[in-house]
Amino acid sequence: MTTKDIINPANLVYSKAKLMTENPMHYCPGCSHGVVHKLIAEVIEEMDIQDKTIGVAPVGCAVFAYNYIDIDWQEAAHGRAPALATAIKRLQPDKFVFTYQGDGDLAAIGTAETIHACNRGENIAIFFVNNAIYGMTGGQMAPTTLEGMKTATCPMGRNTELNGYPLKISNLLAELDGTCYVTRQSVQKMASIVRAKKAIRKAFENSMAGKGTSVVEFVSTCNSGWKMSPHDSNKWMEENMFPVYPLGDLKDTEKK
Amino acid sequence: MEDFKLMKGNEAIAHAAIRCGADGYFGYPITPQSEVMETLMDLKPWETTGMVVLQAESEVAAINMVYGGAGCGKKVMTSSSSPGMSLKQEGISYIACAELPCLIVNVMRGGPGLGTIQPSQADYFQSVKGGGHGDYRLIVLAPSTVQEMADFVGLGFDLAFKYQNPAMILADGIVGQMMEKVVLPPFKPRRTEEEVRQECPWGTTGKLPNRKRNIITSLALEAEVMENINLKLQAKYREIEKNEVRFETHHCEDADYVLVAFGSIARICEKAMEMAREEGYKVGVLRPITLFPFPTNPIKELSKKVKGFLTVEMSAGQMVEDVRLTVNGAVPVEFYGRMGGIVPSAEEILAALKEKLIK
Amino acid sequence: MAKFKGAVVVNTERCKGCDLCVQACPSHVLGLADQVNSKGYHFSEMKHEDDCVGCSACGYVCPDACITVYKVKIQ
Repeated sequence: MTTKDIINPANLVYSKAKLMTENPMHYCPGCSHGVVHKLIAEVIEEMDIQDKTIGVAPVGCAVFAYNYIDIDWQEAAHGRAPALATAIKRLQPDKFVFTYQGDGDLAAIGTAETIHACNRGENIAIFFVNNAIYGMTGGQMAPTTLEGMKTATCPMGRNTELNGYPLKISNLLAELDGTCYVTRQSVQKMASIVRAKKAIRKAFENSMAGKGTSVVEFVSTCNSGWKMSPHDSNKWMEENMFPVYPLGDLKDTEKK
Repeated sequence: MEDFKLMKGNEAIAHAAIRCGADGYFGYPITPQSEVMETLMDLKPWETTGMVVLQAESEVAAINMVYGGAGCGKKVMTSSSSPGMSLKQEGISYIACAELPCLIVNVMRGGPGLGTIQPSQADYFQSVKGGGHGDYRLIVLAPSTVQEMADFVGLGFDLAFKYQNPAMILADGIVGQMMEKVVLPPFKPRRTEEEVRQECPWGTTGKLPNRKRNIITSLALEAEVMENINLKLQAKYREIEKNEVRFETHHCEDADYVLVAFGSIARICEKAMEMAREEGYKVGVLRPITLFPFPTNPIKELSKKVKGFLTVEMSAGQMVEDVRLTVNGAVPVEFYGRMGGIVPSAEEILAALKEKLIK
Repeated sequence: MAKFKGAVVVNTERCKGCDLCVQACPSHVLGLADQVNSKGYHFSEMKHEDDCVGCSACGYVCPDACITVYKVKIQ
């Protein structure tokens, strides 16, 4: 059987989600954002909730997320996505509402909005891409930048005496009574991608079940900011990011 | 007979919001406007009309909740006072650029800084010239009575939706705290989901198969696109200037001198006008009700026949700049103001009028 | 035991040549082309198509959603 024979709709096993638009994504080659976008689109498609889902895009690399997933979107001011999502969900309780935020957006400028939305137990899903750097503005230090890690604003490496420590914001959010599910995932391998997708689905389901806030952190790469190839970035992430941001569920009120 | 109630201006705002079918209120406590949210929490509209009332963690969060709610086509509002309004400016700039309707109430107190909790009008520039970054305008209504506090909620929402632009009630601490009789507006039901979809087809109400996805954003990286967005906004502001000027005059027909003042101060100016007329001076009062759009034409017309204007404000002189721009040197435009929370008396105003203009 | 044979189709215009699919393929089927697309990227392509088992690992890791995978069962 030749390749030409195999390429037949009857044999299709993997393809781009229909909810992903035809717009080519603006992300750098190999960026983790693309994989997370795909997973969110796949889950919305599989749950058949396109007409009920509203996304809130951040400021940062994912500012144009609304160009890639075919649902209604709002584009928030920097860090304010959880405030927008709070109102969208409270005013339209039958909708699935999620925010998509990076580390600078969620864990620096938007810390108050993040913590208080979670503390109120807003029935929203928060998808948090943590690549330990400000990608959009050109690779500056983020709250989650690792100790010793070099960025444009800590060129000698993050010095904890000067810059404080990598902020484990998800651990903090797991402590809040308003969150029902806080998990840390990654998207560099097929197996981890499958797990990450399950976490996204669970977060969406929790939001409609009225259980409280779900937070899915994706420990991610920024190969441009890290100045490595995408493949080397994945390796570097596994060796350096995972010890500080270990994968797995930090909280799941279902499993008491 | 009309059903009169006695209440504070802040309370009237809350009652009127429920009665005009508001969908949501998001606020943060700050003196002298905290009664707005307190009254709403007491009235529990979520049990009757279904209106959402939420105390946010900050003014920043509150205005961004308004942004989110307005993006869904909902009738949403917030209220605050001067220092809180400074925090809201970022959100207001986004809302103005995204062309979303909402109502913002500022019950002004004295500044700058933490200032005082006493009344002031020193947020005129912030309110009518933009306030946040970029070229944008709010529709600004300045109430002078508790009745207008109630009436401008519905009017503010109507104008906000008509022009897809944030509207502001710019009140001073006096009219927020003062108790007066008021006739509340009749109850109007909140719009149904279907009505919201019809009235606001741009809202993020969930993408149905029969339309493209709706995106609420204020971002356009291409310079040409961003300039076009600005040109569209400017055209809208010119339209608002053409259609929505509101003002009130007292005895301007035969006046030699006109006092120009907004909000509570206009009422004190009326008293000063009466005192002046008793002394034989022909004095009138012009009260701008909309501060943006500013009543330029009526002031320009008056400038052809009067000997001078005295603008009176609880500030160092902000609206007076717009009066001077309008009069453009035709006759003298003088200013009298008090700051820091001090309310000028009618006697002071009359004395200033004599000293600066009548001489 | 059943054996599978697969085929990968890359949307070469959407591909940015990040190489993640090449690295993810357990059967070393994929490689970057010598040619470039209109954006100048060396896009991914099947270099050893006979070895593809249709596992879809390439598709999962692709950040740009430019991979389609087909798979058939053979005796």
